[in-house]
Amino acid sequence: MILPALFFYLFAGVCVASAVMVIVSRNPVHSVLFLILAFVNASGLFILMGAEFLGMMLIVVYVGAVAVLFLFVIMMLDVDFVELREGFIEYLPIGLVIGGIFVVELLLVVFSWVINPSTAKQITAAIPANVSNTEALGLVLYTKYIHYFQIAGMVLLVAMIGAIVLTLRHKAKVKRQDINVQNARTPELAMAVRKVASGQGLQDSDAAEWVK
Amino acid sequence: MTIGLGHYLAVAAILFTTGILGIFLNRKNIIVILMSIELILLAVNINLVAFSTFLGDIVGQVFALLVLTVAAAEAAIGLAVLVVYFRNRGSIAVEDVNLMKG
Repeated sequence: MILPALFFYLFAGVCVASAVMVIVSRNPVHSVLFLILAFVNASGLFILMGAEFLGMMLIVVYVGAVAVLFLFVIMMLDVDFVELREGFIEYLPIGLVIGGIFVVELLLVVFSWVINPSTAKQITAAIPANVSNTEALGLVLYTKYIHYFQIAGMVLLVAMIGAIVLTLRHKAKVKRQDINVQNARTPELAMAVRKVASGQGLQDSDAAEWVK
Repeated sequence: MTIGLGHYLAVAAILFTTGILGIFLNRKNIIVILMSIELILLAVNINLVAFSTFLGDIVGQVFALLVLTVAAAEAAIGLAVLVVYFRNRGSIAVEDVNLMKG
């Protein structure tokens, strides 16, 4: 019985500590690495709660995709991050006061509040017994919530197209294959037959016309 | 020593506050602001999953999955906008963002 509590405090403590390090560390690369640590520990919390699928999803999506994206962007941009930290100390006291009030309020709500017993009767889709978490999630996600699932897919598609459209740029100097131009080429356009006079070779004027 | 719903909600509350504080303190660094938004969404997800498992209702986990999707899409678009902005202005300082005169 002591072991789950121990793991809870381990995961929760590391998660909160690394979340704090995300916002206070000087180097954004360290921030991203602490973000990864926070997400891995949150995934541990998910597994502790019994939501294994979402725990694994958190690692795949955040550590595998989002954090790597952050790292790429930080390393590609040539930014003076020291300059961006100006005002940190200035905002720290008022930030701590507001944050302290906020967290105390939230914790008061959390610990002084009880679930209405009738809520348990109103649940929409009960977690079935004797079924793994992944299977239970799949049983409702692909049947009852199929439209939400597909809309989530559309959101990802739009995000992907949007990111590509935003960042793709064509340089004028780079030659590209244009299939229409290639298909429209005829032998007359592509080559010219010249009668080359003996001992004279091809004249510059001929060459200019030929290149055209 | 039993870990109940309140413990997980407390962790989520602290993470949420950390995220808000991160936006507040790093007013100039938009990359850290984006990471703070990710922290806030993580806190929301912890809340959803905690309620889902403690009430025995799987719908919370379905919703957490959708939140995860939106968070990933938001990070991708946000960073793409950031890259385009850096190309145009050569800086990512938040207070220089006044092209639209808004």
